[in-house]
Amino acid sequence: MAFFPPYLSLPERIWHLTFRGICVLVLFFLVFPIFVIVPLSFNALPYFTFTPEMLAFKASGYSTQWYREFFTDPNWQGAVRNSVIIALASTLIAVSLGTLAALGLSRKEMPARSLIMGLLISPMIVPLIISAVGMFFFYSRLGLQGSHIGVILSHAALGTPFVVITVTATLVGFDTTLLRAAASLGANPTLAFFRVTLPMILPGVISGGLFAFITSFDEVVVVLFVGSFRQRTIPWKMFSGLRENISPTILAVATCLILISIALLVSLELLRRRGEKLRGIKH
Amino acid sequence: MTATNTLLTVDGIELKEALRRNQARQKRKAFLLVAPLLLFISVGFFLPIMDMLRRSTENRLIVENLPLTIVALSEWDASSALLPGEPAFRAIAKDLVKAQKLRRATQLGQRLNYELSGTSSLFRTSGRKMAGLIPEAEKTAYKETLIEFDQRWGDIELWRVIRRFSGSVVADYYLAALDMKRDFETNEVEILPREERVYVRLFGRTVMISLWITLMTLLLGFPIALLIARLPTRQGNLLLVLVLLPFWTSLLVRTTSWIVLLQQQGVVNDILVAVGLIGEDARLRMIYNTIGTVIAMTHILLPFMVLPLYSVMKNISPSYMRAAISLGAHPISAFWKVYFPNTIPGIGAGAIMVFVLAIGYYITPELVGGRTGVFISNRIAYHISSSLNWGLAAALGVALLIIVITIYWIYDKFVGIDNIRLG
Repeated sequence: MAFFPPYLSLPERIWHLTFRGICVLVLFFLVFPIFVIVPLSFNALPYFTFTPEMLAFKASGYSTQWYREFFTDPNWQGAVRNSVIIALASTLIAVSLGTLAALGLSRKEMPARSLIMGLLISPMIVPLIISAVGMFFFYSRLGLQGSHIGVILSHAALGTPFVVITVTATLVGFDTTLLRAAASLGANPTLAFFRVTLPMILPGVISGGLFAFITSFDEVVVVLFVGSFRQRTIPWKMFSGLRENISPTILAVATCLILISIALLVSLELLRRRGEKLRGIKH
Repeated sequence: MTATNTLLTVDGIELKEALRRNQARQKRKAFLLVAPLLLFISVGFFLPIMDMLRRSTENRLIVENLPLTIVALSEWDASSALLPGEPAFRAIAKDLVKAQKLRRATQLGQRLNYELSGTSSLFRTSGRKMAGLIPEAEKTAYKETLIEFDQRWGDIELWRVIRRFSGSVVADYYLAALDMKRDFETNEVEILPREERVYVRLFGRTVMISLWITLMTLLLGFPIALLIARLPTRQGNLLLVLVLLPFWTSLLVRTTSWIVLLQQQGVVNDILVAVGLIGEDARLRMIYNTIGTVIAMTHILLPFMVLPLYSVMKNISPSYMRAAISLGAHPISAFWKVYFPNTIPGIGAGAIMVFVLAIGYYITPELVGGRTGVFISNRIAYHISSSLNWGLAAALGVALLIIVITIYWIYDKFVGIDNIRLG
């Protein structure tokens, strides 16, 4: 029992081991279901289960056909295109409006700050089904139900709270004398924003943007209600696929999405560290 | 005093006045930065919610398409046992001909069908034939002609329903959402017979399952949050990544995983059979029921419990526990009396996040809930896309919104809403 401090009594050691054991089980519960999909996506047969050939590690049990299908099927490729277009457009709206608002909210002169903040983040705390139903009614009235614009505007509304929250958090440590310095050197407010403020808060803006992007990229309830087949996104296709014809193509898509989320997670962590360094926060 | 009063700026304005003007200008500037988003959220989010509120009481379809009938029925006493007179029959014939021309007769029938079944087919067939019936009706009488064409026109309930829905605002969707209905003869509200009650029970089940999920995430999330908070930063961050990975993984990916794992031919059953714990013919049913919903949603919502718990625990100094133990407390009682009370803000924040997210969940219950593990949101979606009873869907949505707002309100009163953080 080398890794226990020598002063621990036997019951304490047993307790520590049990505690670690419970934690390992919970972490296993968290992570295992995500990765169980990966080997199954190489299944040679159209099942969601491990075949005897796969368990025996025979080459005949594995195949990349589901990935081929994902990358060649025009239906899936349309979904990829829609997902990217909708997510990029809604992120652009969310980031520009959200950053502007965060700049205003961080000024000490801002009137009724907590009330306005509450209003702005409410799309995040109202259950999605309610927002989706409301947006469905509203956009059908405007004739935008079943249009890209309707889905993009809905997703932008759902994404802005994340931008507001992350950028406001980045602005907490912002030194306003830098702006005065810029002004004294002859920069007008716009130039000062792009040359001084933006580089400083960029990590916050990007991570807010990533939040907004993933919110839209992963969102399906609003797409189901406000969109139609022409606005089908990757989650939309997965949802209808899981309800109707279960094909391992979904597992191949899921594996690709897992890779994307790992990439996102890593870039967010790097951004967070960079942001702390820029603002001079030390560990 | 006079000296301070006459302090002037370079421009000759009184100093106080200049300061006030400047502050007002700064305020305006700050507000102008926020204004575009405020406008966008008002139009893109609050107007839709308002629209839902309006739809839940709206009755436009009937009022706009049966204008003559509504006027003709205004004198009729709905509690009498007598059918309305000739003018009402003439009015509905004219209204239906016009509605048919605008292709609204079927829709109108569907709308009235929510209140009285059979109306849908009556309006569809009558709508098509009405124009042809009118010449004959002009010769004899509308009342006889219509009843002869379809005897359901002689049903007094139908006329009571139309009379009842002649106002532009109705509360009946809310009655339906609460398993109540109006007696069209006496105009009294009554609770539906037990076997017809659906929604109150479904609301109850949604709340119960959400509570279960909240409890499960707390039980599973507490130990790992504790572990991560106590480990040195570097190792702690590594484990935190394991919590964040599911958080960032697509919801549909995680739901797919659970279908793969829990179905009868799925991985968990395969392992149990291979180990010999259960027989091949006794595979467990763990999905397409309440169990499936609880397991999958506990997994999906667990990060929302761990992150706030972790951020609270990180700020509890370990010296509290050491102090309690050095003063003679047993480690268990030191934990329970010193450490645990300090984690309550985290438990509160995590629990409300998980509970509110769970109560409005749609996708996962729809895919793994089967018949018994579905939520009120699945019923709302059903009314939007299948039964097309949008008014009822809106009323159920408003009821759910009221529940959620009440929960936030209670939470704010007892714990304070400011404690909620993203982690």
